[in-house]
Amino acid sequence: MVAQDAHAHAGPQGFIRKYVFSLDHKVIGIQYYFLALVAVFVGMALSLLMRIHMIWPTAILPIVGEIKPETYLQLLTMHGTIMVFFVLTTAPQSGFGNYFLPIQIGAPDMAFPVLNMLSFWTTFVAFVVMLAAFFAVGGAPLHGWTGYAPLSALTNSGPGEQLGADLWITSIAIFCIASLMGALNFITTILDLRAKGMTMMRMPLTCWAWFITAILGLLAFGVLLSAGILLLLDRNLGTSFYVPLVVVNGQVMGHKGGSPLLWQHLFWFFGHPEVYIAILPGMGVASQLLSTFARKPIFGYKAMVYALMAIGILGFVVWGHHMFMSGMSPYSAFAFSIMTMAIGVPSAIKTFNWLGTLYKAKIRFQTPMLYAIGFVSLFVSGGLSGPFLAQPVLDIPLHDTAFVVGHFHLIMGVAAIFGMFAGTYYWFPKMFGRMMNESWGRIHFVITLVGTYCIFMPMHYLGMAGQPRRYSQFTELAYLQHLMPLNRFITYAAIVTIAAQFIFVINLFWSMFKGPKASDNPWEATTLEWTTATPPPHDNFGGHTPVVYHGPYEYSVPGAAKDYVMQTDPAGVAAH
Amino acid sequence: MATFSSTIRGPQTEQGEGGVHPPVRGGGGDGGRGDGYPDYGQRLRRVRVGLAIGLTSVTMIFVALTSAYIVRRGLPTYDDHTRTYISDWIPVELPLALLLINTALLAASSLTAELARRQITRQAALAPVRSIPGVSLGRESGFPWLGLTVVLGLGFLTGQWLAWRELADRGFYLATSASSSFVYLLTAAHGVHLLGGILVLLYAATVSFLLHRPIEGRRIVVDVAAWYWHFMFVLWLGIFALLWFVR
Repeated sequence: MVAQDAHAHAGPQGFIRKYVFSLDHKVIGIQYYFLALVAVFVGMALSLLMRIHMIWPTAILPIVGEIKPETYLQLLTMHGTIMVFFVLTTAPQSGFGNYFLPIQIGAPDMAFPVLNMLSFWTTFVAFVVMLAAFFAVGGAPLHGWTGYAPLSALTNSGPGEQLGADLWITSIAIFCIASLMGALNFITTILDLRAKGMTMMRMPLTCWAWFITAILGLLAFGVLLSAGILLLLDRNLGTSFYVPLVVVNGQVMGHKGGSPLLWQHLFWFFGHPEVYIAILPGMGVASQLLSTFARKPIFGYKAMVYALMAIGILGFVVWGHHMFMSGMSPYSAFAFSIMTMAIGVPSAIKTFNWLGTLYKAKIRFQTPMLYAIGFVSLFVSGGLSGPFLAQPVLDIPLHDTAFVVGHFHLIMGVAAIFGMFAGTYYWFPKMFGRMMNESWGRIHFVITLVGTYCIFMPMHYLGMAGQPRRYSQFTELAYLQHLMPLNRFITYAAIVTIAAQFIFVINLFWSMFKGPKASDNPWEATTLEWTTATPPPHDNFGGHTPVVYHGPYEYSVPGAAKDYVMQTDPAGVAAH
Repeated sequence: MATFSSTIRGPQTEQGEGGVHPPVRGGGGDGGRGDGYPDYGQRLRRVRVGLAIGLTSVTMIFVALTSAYIVRRGLPTYDDHTRTYISDWIPVELPLALLLINTALLAASSLTAELARRQITRQAALAPVRSIPGVSLGRESGFPWLGLTVVLGLGFLTGQWLAWRELADRGFYLATSASSSFVYLLTAAHGVHLLGGILVLLYAATVSFLLHRPIEGRRIVVDVAAWYWHFMFVLWLGIFALLWFVR
């Protein structure tokens, strides 16, 4: 033990090495988390501006002034891009994953700490470049987060499509490289750094979710990188990958023969797995928390793992369902449709297993658990509209309406955000050594759950009534006049929900300094992060190496001394 | 609730992959087990796993470009004069002789990279024996395979540059047609990746040598660089075959 104790040295002491260019996965995880926190507030502010503009189109707003139609599209583009890349991809995977993956598998750090640091700072640069697009001549791009060509591939197709769009693509390309480095690190860590006794099938479901997500990222981001490079070449070097012979403002452009559909294929080959990159970590967190707070083993651990794999695999063969309107062959559409609906099977397995975990359980309704249950609720509500959109005949009328906006915000946006909230309230004691305020957590939960349902449920009705998405103004359209009260209701709900998020932020920072001290295992959970000190030492386990004897969800084991058996607890064997 | 106990097992005797090796604390990049001797075998394995995973993403980049190439090649374009859809794909006249020479250069460099890898593997294996006072193993052949690999790699890149010049002379520029765009794009993407390999080899040959890093550490760098290099050779064969046979 002497040699190992010698290793349990303190980390680097200087401020720069310790907090800025740190190699410690825990610091890097927190860095990612706060990057996403800043990004989510930027994205949220943009959505608030859009909602306000929808019901008061002539209002002169502070900072942005009058919102013109193109301004609205710029807000929409930046909202989508920032939320998808710098929030939904960054916090659940890179943030929590970086912090807790090594601890949960009993490793002292990620496999490649320097690469880990590089991938964070590369993400940071990508974020700065993305924000710079706001300040470029002409402003931010207006081609939507999907960046459809030829709009995105021509430099004179609209305001913001000059430097702003170049910065947008560059930022995404940088983000791709950062994500690839991160995915490489995650996969290697899981394959190579598990502690003794930590077999793959003893990993917590959070680790499985991070693992599958990393594989999706590894395979998807390279394709987006390629697509982005082609787009940059089209924009700046005169190639015609995506641009056919087009006339813009009476001026014939030099391009010829390119295919806008090529961009859609490449983009959605990335884009659909990206949806699962956003949601799978949330699924992992929900599984972990439901089991912990229901004091029951997760229902069907193996089924949960295989369902994650099935979702990951199917996620790569369904990208065409985003393109039913592109004039694709009905036979292709049929194939994509069937594959898409097949995802309902593993998703239902997960949902029923979550419900099975809760069934007849003595549930501890603490804030993290509320958010985990909220995640299941939103996953079901958002997921049920998926099979509607998966069918070409239904997608064609619903495509580009508010129905789609309601669908993907519930399942990909808010459900994933609930996963992050659940993770924050659950792991905060381990990360910062103090408990978050429970009462404010509950208030935050109730307002956020009710608020998000009030925002996104009515959008389904709006969509079915024919309200298109991406339109900046509805007040002039006679056939949408009777929907204005509902639109106003959504905006009011959005204002309240956004205001409630400040409760969370205040709770977060207040608890960081003033919250009651947390014990090492405040939730009486079983996984390895709860065996070590709070907060964990530099090498995670203070110089000793955990040995794992059990699966991750041994709750209410008959004959055991307590109602939970730690993964590292050899005594649980005697109970058998 | 009776089924819960079924998952309780004793300490696993058949360890998972994570348990095959003793859980040596080599991670953290902060210096191994703490007794001053990092576990190089474990580190080598880890870096190789990382390389294999990294090459998967590189493969995906080229899979995307290849599929774009094939789709674009089969794509008809509306022709205003005939009012029909026609193919606008113009096969690029590749400088075949030059590209074959380049391929030979890269093949040779892959061979020298392998010789460098084996050389340093042997040196690393013998290093503990050599450090015993009074033991002599005779002179090792110190042929600079690593340096030769770098020279051949730079030769390949120069050859690719000449091929671009040749293409330009024949009237094929980046934006001339879809086919020429792809030729430049694929060769450039490969070249950039190869350049990355050259930088790693240069690092292995100079910096770590001059800084007297332990031979085991240098061996890891050379080992993964060589495997990366072989991959780049195979990748080039694939790109060359695509550009030549699927004109």
